[in-house]
Amino acid sequence: MIRLEPRTEPSRAMIALTPILAVLATMIAGGFLFSALGKNPIEAIRMIFWDPVLGEHAFYYRGQILVKAAPLIMIALGLSFGFRAGIWNIGAEGQFIMGGVIGAAAGLALYPSESIFVFPIMLIAGTLGGLLWALIPAYLKIKFNANEILVSLMLVYVAFNFLAGMVTGPLRDPDGFNFPESRSFQQWDAASNPELIAGSGIHWGVLVTMGLVIVAYILLTRHIFGFHIRLAGQSPRAAKFGGVNPNKMVAICLGLSGALAGMAGLYEVTGPAGKLTTTFPLGYGFTAIIVAFLGRLHPIGILLAGLLLAVTYVGGDVIQANLSLPKASIQVFQGMLLFFLLAVDVLVHFRIRFKRGL
Amino acid sequence: MDFSAISVVSLLATLMVAATPILLAAIGELVTEKSGVLNLGVEGMMIFGAICGFIAAVETGSPLIGFIAAAAGSAALSFLFAILTQYLLANQVASGLALTLFGLGLAALLGHQYTGIKPPSSPKLDLPILSDLPVVGPILFNHDYMIYFSILLVAGVWYFLKFTRKGLVLRAVGENHDAAHALGYKVIRIRILAIMFGGACAGLGGAYLSLIRVPQWTEGMTAGAGWIALAIVVFASWKPWRIILGAYLFGGVTILQLNLQAVGVDIPVSYLSMAPYLVTIIVLVIMSADRKRASLNAPASLGRIFHASN
Repeated sequence: MIRLEPRTEPSRAMIALTPILAVLATMIAGGFLFSALGKNPIEAIRMIFWDPVLGEHAFYYRGQILVKAAPLIMIALGLSFGFRAGIWNIGAEGQFIMGGVIGAAAGLALYPSESIFVFPIMLIAGTLGGLLWALIPAYLKIKFNANEILVSLMLVYVAFNFLAGMVTGPLRDPDGFNFPESRSFQQWDAASNPELIAGSGIHWGVLVTMGLVIVAYILLTRHIFGFHIRLAGQSPRAAKFGGVNPNKMVAICLGLSGALAGMAGLYEVTGPAGKLTTTFPLGYGFTAIIVAFLGRLHPIGILLAGLLLAVTYVGGDVIQANLSLPKASIQVFQGMLLFFLLAVDVLVHFRIRFKRGL
Repeated sequence: MDFSAISVVSLLATLMVAATPILLAAIGELVTEKSGVLNLGVEGMMIFGAICGFIAAVETGSPLIGFIAAAAGSAALSFLFAILTQYLLANQVASGLALTLFGLGLAALLGHQYTGIKPPSSPKLDLPILSDLPVVGPILFNHDYMIYFSILLVAGVWYFLKFTRKGLVLRAVGENHDAAHALGYKVIRIRILAIMFGGACAGLGGAYLSLIRVPQWTEGMTAGAGWIALAIVVFASWKPWRIILGAYLFGGVTILQLNLQAVGVDIPVSYLSMAPYLVTIIVLVIMSADRKRASLNAPASLGRIFHASN
C-alpha cells in the first residue's frame, strides 16, 4: 500500500528535479500519443526537442526560439508574482492583445512621423494598455469581491473582439485593399522593432526580457515587495498581521502582470508579427501560465522554462511541416507538461512510503 | 435596419437552444463544487465532449451514441483532474487550467479531420396538437430531446441534493471535509464521483454545441462557454433552479446579440459579440458584491485540499 507522508520541509532537491521529471514524462507520454497517431514517436520527439536547437536546419529555427521565448518569459515573470501570492491572473492573453492594440493605435496616430519618439510612445501606450486592462479585474476584485480568474478570462474574449473591431474599423490600413489588418510597422522605421542581429531573432523585446529576469530576481529575493509576496502566498493571515495590505497586493500583482503582458504584445506587433491582425495573438498568454509553473515561479526557472516551451513551439512548426500533424498536437504536449508537473509536485511536499498490509 | 424582422417567438425558441450547452455544463459543475472541488477545467471538458460526441455521432450515425460518448469521454478526462487533485493533492486552480489547456489541444488534434462535416441531425419532439400550437408550440413543445433532458437533469440534481441521504453526504463533504471524514464518509471517493459527474455534464454540453446548436466541428468552438458556465454557478448561488435562470439569461443575451447582427444594427459585429462576456462580468460583480451572502452560499471547503492524516 502506498502512503503519502508529509515532509516537515519542502524538499529542495525535488523542487529542482521535478520539472525535469515532468519533461521526461511528457516525452514518454507524447511518444505514445504520436505512435497512436501512426507516426514514429522517436522521430517526432526528436523533431520537437532536438531539431530546433541542434538539427540540420537549426540555423533557421534558433532565431525563432528567442522570438518565441521572449514574450513567454516576459509574461510569465509578471504572472509569477501574482501566482505566488494566490492572485490568479489568467487573462494575460487579453492584456497581451490590448497592449498590442493600444500601442499600435498610439503609433498609427503619429503616422507617418519619423521622430525617434514614436517607438517609445508606442511602448508606453502598449504597457499602459495592458496595465489598465488588468486593473479591471483588480478593481472589481477589490471593490466588489468578483473572482479575478473569471473576470480576467472573460476579458480575453472582449479584448479579442475589440482587436477584430479595430482592424476592420479605425485601425485598418487605408491603403490595404480592405484587408482586416493595420499598416505594417516593419516598413515604418520609426515604429519598427527589427531583428538587431540578422538570424539571431534578437529584437528589443528580447533584450528587455533579459533585463527583466534580473530585475525580477532582485525584486523577489532581495526586496521587501518580494518578501511580502512570498508571505502573502504562504500565510495570508501572517501577512495581514505583518502589515501587508491584501487589496494593494491584488492591484500590484494584476497591474504588474498586465503591464508586462501589454509590453510583450507591443513588441510582438511591431516586431515578429509586423502588423496588427486578428492572428497576431498566438496564445502566449496561456502558454506563459505553463512557463510560470514549470519555472517554479522563480525568475531563473522561468527563463529556462520559457526557452524550453519556445523550443516546443518551434518544434511544433517542424512536425507540422514534416509529419503533417496539426499545430494543436503541440498544445496537447504543453497541456500534458503542466499535468505531469502538477502530478510530480507531490514529491516536493510528501514522501512516498511503501508499506505492506495495513 | 428593421426590428420587426426579429420575431419574439423564434427568439424565445432559439434562446433555449443557445442556453442548453451552458446549462448542462453549469449543473455538472454545481455538483462538483457542492462536494468542495473547484474544477476550472470546464472549458476543456466541454470542448473534449464536443469532439468526442461529434466523432462518435458521425461514425455511427446516431446522435444518441454521440451524446453517450461525449459524456464518457469528458468524464474520463475529468478523472485525470480527479487523480491530480484528490490523490496527488495538486492545487485545484492550476490543475483546472491544465485540464483546459490539455482538453483544448487534444480536441483540436482529434478534430482536425472532422472539420466541414455535417453530423446526423437529432430528432425533435413532435407531439400531436401541442407542437402545432401557435406561439406556445415552437417555444415549449418543438425542441430536440436534449433540452428537455437538461431541465430534467436540473430537477434531478435539485432532488438529489435536497432530499436524498447521499445528497446530504455530498454537501457535508463540501462544507467540512474533516468532519465528514471523521464521521466515516469516503471524502475522496465522493469527490471523485462528483468531479466525474461534472465532467460528464460538461461533455454533454459540448456535444450539444457540436451536434445540435452549431452543428459542426470547428477548433475552439466552445469560445468561453465553459468559463461562462463557471460564472453561472456563482450567479446561481449554488442553487440548482437558479442555474436555469442564469443559463437562459445568457442564452437570451447571445440570441439577442445575434439577432441584432442579423438585422444590421449600426454597431460592428465585433462589439456586439462582446455582449455575453460583458454581461457575465456584470452579473459576477453583482452577485459577489454582497460579501456576506456570497460566502454564506459557497461551499465552505471549496477549493481546499483534503489529506487525511489518519
